[in-house]
Amino acid sequence: MAEPGALRAYWALLRAQAEGQFSYRASFVVDLVANVWSTALDVATILVLFGVTRTLGGLDLHQALVITGMSACAFAAADMLVGNVERITLYVRTGRFDTVLTRPLPALPQLLLLDLPLRKLSRAALGAAIYLFALGSADITWTAARALLAVVAPAAGVVFFGAMFVITASVAFWWTESGEFGNAFTYGGRDFTSYPVSVYSGWFRNAFAYALGFAFVSYYPALALLGVPDPIGLPGWVGWCAPLVAVAASGVAALFWRSGIRHYTSTGS
Amino acid sequence: MDSVTATVPRPRYANVAAQTRTFWALTVAGFRRYSTYRQATIAGAFTNTVFGFLRSYVLLAVAAGAGTATVAGYDPARLASYVWFGQGLLAVVLLWGWTDLAQRISTGDVVADLLRPVNPVTNYLATDLGRAGHAVLTRLVPPVVVGPLFFPIYLPHRWPTWPLFVLSVVLAVVLCFGCRFLVNASAYWLLDVRGPMILWTLLSGVLGGLYFPLRFLPDWVVGPLWLLTPLPSLFQAPLDVLVEVDPTARQAGLIAVQAAWVLVVLSLCRLVQRRAERKLVVQGG
Repeated sequence: MAEPGALRAYWALLRAQAEGQFSYRASFVVDLVANVWSTALDVATILVLFGVTRTLGGLDLHQALVITGMSACAFAAADMLVGNVERITLYVRTGRFDTVLTRPLPALPQLLLLDLPLRKLSRAALGAAIYLFALGSADITWTAARALLAVVAPAAGVVFFGAMFVITASVAFWWTESGEFGNAFTYGGRDFTSYPVSVYSGWFRNAFAYALGFAFVSYYPALALLGVPDPIGLPGWVGWCAPLVAVAASGVAALFWRSGIRHYTSTGS
Repeated sequence: MDSVTATVPRPRYANVAAQTRTFWALTVAGFRRYSTYRQATIAGAFTNTVFGFLRSYVLLAVAAGAGTATVAGYDPARLASYVWFGQGLLAVVLLWGWTDLAQRISTGDVVADLLRPVNPVTNYLATDLGRAGHAVLTRLVPPVVVGPLFFPIYLPHRWPTWPLFVLSVVLAVVLCFGCRFLVNASAYWLLDVRGPMILWTLLSGVLGGLYFPLRFLPDWVVGPLWLLTPLPSLFQAPLDVLVEVDPTARQAGLIAVQAAWVLVVLSLCRLVQRRAERKLVVQGG
């Protein structure tokens, strides 16, 4: 892995970022507060929906909240750590990507650290808080294995969403004007994983849940924690596959990113 | 003594025809500007369609879980129409992503707008209507065509609903433009509009009715929302008119509320613009 020199360089990048962002203190505090809202509203939406119905996809409010909380927690953390890779479209279009490539560090960590949005810390914290609350209020029979899953699953979710951000951003290497296309799978994936997979059906469910793997971010791990059988019919152990799916997604993301970089030709000037 | 403003005096046209011609020319220019972003349009329509599936399934699951024939007045077909027409209208009304004015203020380019013999509010409104016209053709049509292929949807049964729907959409576009103009215009004072922009993005989506129909909320929340904020008039109004949850008289009432908000917000835009011109310090070298 990275040699000490590279680590020092990353550390310097991170410190410069943090100092830069903290120096506008009032602005940073406003951003911290503003960022909480989008996750708060996602959860409020679930509460409103449960105001008019008792069950959603066969689960009650407390069970559904475990799914929503796990997804919110994973997405918020991934969005903070990796979400900025979205800006690659800007870098490619303006040719600023060249400056990243000429430095003696790998491009991806550089890009992420160049613009790490520390203001999103608040949102990641709220996501984690909602998840913990959901775990506490749901009726879970705790075992050592389940406690482990409760920690590993959201971590795998972070990796999975991170991979999704990298994959959709890599599209920009081939399709510079891809615009909102990636949002369908990143923010769309967040929406998909906020609800039980059993609410979806047909080819759409198969595509998002199984072909793209979003079912393993929150739905199956949550069912395994809750000890609820899957109405769709998959066995209980699939909830434990979340880390494997996350690793597979990272592999795909690495492939996309590498071939994207190889495909990249500067816009010049 | 008259106060000094940053604006050149605007010529008064003797006839309305010339003003109309200017407005129309700006609208056509707006239409043509957006028709050059072809790939972004395709990407956007694709994303709206994916979210159409996501929201349809969730709202239909809510209807199924409730176990009653209708939820808050919507049957499943109405909910599907609500979602798919909503996904189409999202880019027509354009809740998000318009920062043209704020950028021009922070770079100082806005000075060019002030030198034109057209009020900046009128100028931007005309361009925005052109943009919306383009979005009707390219962004409204795809979700509205795809949705019914996979979900049974509800189309109006009463003929007056169609003209009312069109009117409601036009009002929503103008109103949303006004709100966006105000959010952007805060840059005259703040320079960085990220704070107001985040607030606007979040509130307009959830209280406009994008995530769930506002009737899902208790009545004591919904009434004040309609009357005290312009947000339901942006999105919920045209959709409620379309799916005929109310009789014709109440549909007309929703449109009247929208029209009142258009008057209030556009007047506010002109007022804010005039205020801003008095204090404007042009940025840039």
